[in-house]
Amino acid sequence: MSEMVGVKVNGVPVRVPARATVAAAIFMLGEVAFRCSVGGEPRGPLCGMGICFECRVTIDGCPHVRSCQILCRPGMEIETGRS
Amino acid sequence: MRRRFDVLIVGMGPAGIGAACAAAESGLEVGIVDDNPHEGGQIWRGEAAKPSSKLAAMWIARFRAARVETLSETRVVDAPGPGMLLAECGDAPLELQYGKLILATGARERFLPFPGWTLPNVMGAGGLQALVKGGVPIDGKRVVVAGSGPLLLAVAAYLQERGATVALIAEQAGWARLARFGLGIAREPAKIYQGLSLKFALRRVPYLTGCWPAQALGENRLAEVVLKTTTNTWREPCDYLACGFGLVPNIELPVLLGCTIRNGFVAVNEWQETSLSGVYCAGEPNGIGGVELALIEGKIAGFATAGLENQARRQFAARARALWFRNGLDKAFALRDELRAIATPDTIVCRCEDVPLERMRAHTAWRQAKLQTRCGMGPCQGRICGPAAEFLLGWKQESVRPPIFPVRLDHFTR
Repeated sequence: MSEMVGVKVNGVPVRVPARATVAAAIFMLGEVAFRCSVGGEPRGPLCGMGICFECRVTIDGCPHVRSCQILCRPGMEIETGRS
Repeated sequence: MRRRFDVLIVGMGPAGIGAACAAAESGLEVGIVDDNPHEGGQIWRGEAAKPSSKLAAMWIARFRAARVETLSETRVVDAPGPGMLLAECGDAPLELQYGKLILATGARERFLPFPGWTLPNVMGAGGLQALVKGGVPIDGKRVVVAGSGPLLLAVAAYLQERGATVALIAEQAGWARLARFGLGIAREPAKIYQGLSLKFALRRVPYLTGCWPAQALGENRLAEVVLKTTTNTWREPCDYLACGFGLVPNIELPVLLGCTIRNGFVAVNEWQETSLSGVYCAGEPNGIGGVELALIEGKIAGFATAGLENQARRQFAARARALWFRNGLDKAFALRDELRAIATPDTIVCRCEDVPLERMRAHTAWRQAKLQTRCGMGPCQGRICGPAAEFLLGWKQESVRPPIFPVRLDHFTR
């Protein structure tokens, strides 16, 4: 059994495998709207490899972080749905 | 922070790994940077943790044994002077100095806009695979894989193995073209084996040629995709649409440096050296040719930086064979004209700035459209909408300006 890491997505705790990305933690909670576009549409990951910036979220208060490129670290607070 | 290397390599996929091994094993001090947390690039993403390919396992072990300094989660943002790159690593700026530079920046997927493509759960084909490798749950999900290229088969097989139901694979290229390519491939035994084993894994999944997505439907997330052939249109319910139309080279850094670009790719000589002396390029930025070619080109570039011409020359025959495969790929998976007509006037092309096709069409060139509509001016800097605009409108992105990646202002202006 691999090591697990505890993070929070929009205040909800979730446990994920140690090498999981922040995007994985968000999907595990059933959330698909990672950010809100300029025109107000919900958006989720597109490229999965750090190019498109559609998966950006706020991590520990830092906005515009690409959730597909960042691995979960214990205690991370992740917030979705911002611009 | 400042670091100096004999050879600096940008990109830790097969080309970068091949180059790093060749250069480091020749006694040079080698540094390698990559935006991702682990080595392997896109094609070998996750191979270090969970090996599935013998080739990847062999090269990653060799790479780890070589004396190479790896700088992960590091993005190159500028080339402020000769022999120098500016990068950002996590929370810190990083100045990288080099004697020789090897560009192994890889490729990304080409996305074509169609109504609904901005809905959550419409993703790239390689994109969904990368996300699943990062831990996104896929077990029990129903996926339509669509677009073009051999990647679709690899993605479908991977997702199925991870518990997804692949409803179908929609390949836009017609059967006649693919058949011609299929016959030609007989010259490359490894590719046939790969093709056959994928075909076996996917024997219960319909592979529809001459078929493409015309619309994605759903309320705030994908529920159905409208698929089209020249004779039919129907709806396919699914949880995810994994859709990519081939690959586009990542040439932003080579362009910024001033490397000569020919037909959209970085021009190199027989030693993989670009038009700039001491700057080499290996893998997809030279032409979309796959993992074997990337490894070979990487090795040649690595040996060349060490001045080992004989060692480099020993790879030339293998490279010539792999180049032949690259040319076949282009022809077989050429994009059909109907794909230019699937975007409607109100379909968003630039997802960063929400610019629809009709607003872009009011202009005659990329630069003009950019200034008037903000297309290509968001955080992806035109990496997604640029290639789409090139296909839809025939526009070229003329120039690249630093920073080539979003960076913290105080890291850039120091």
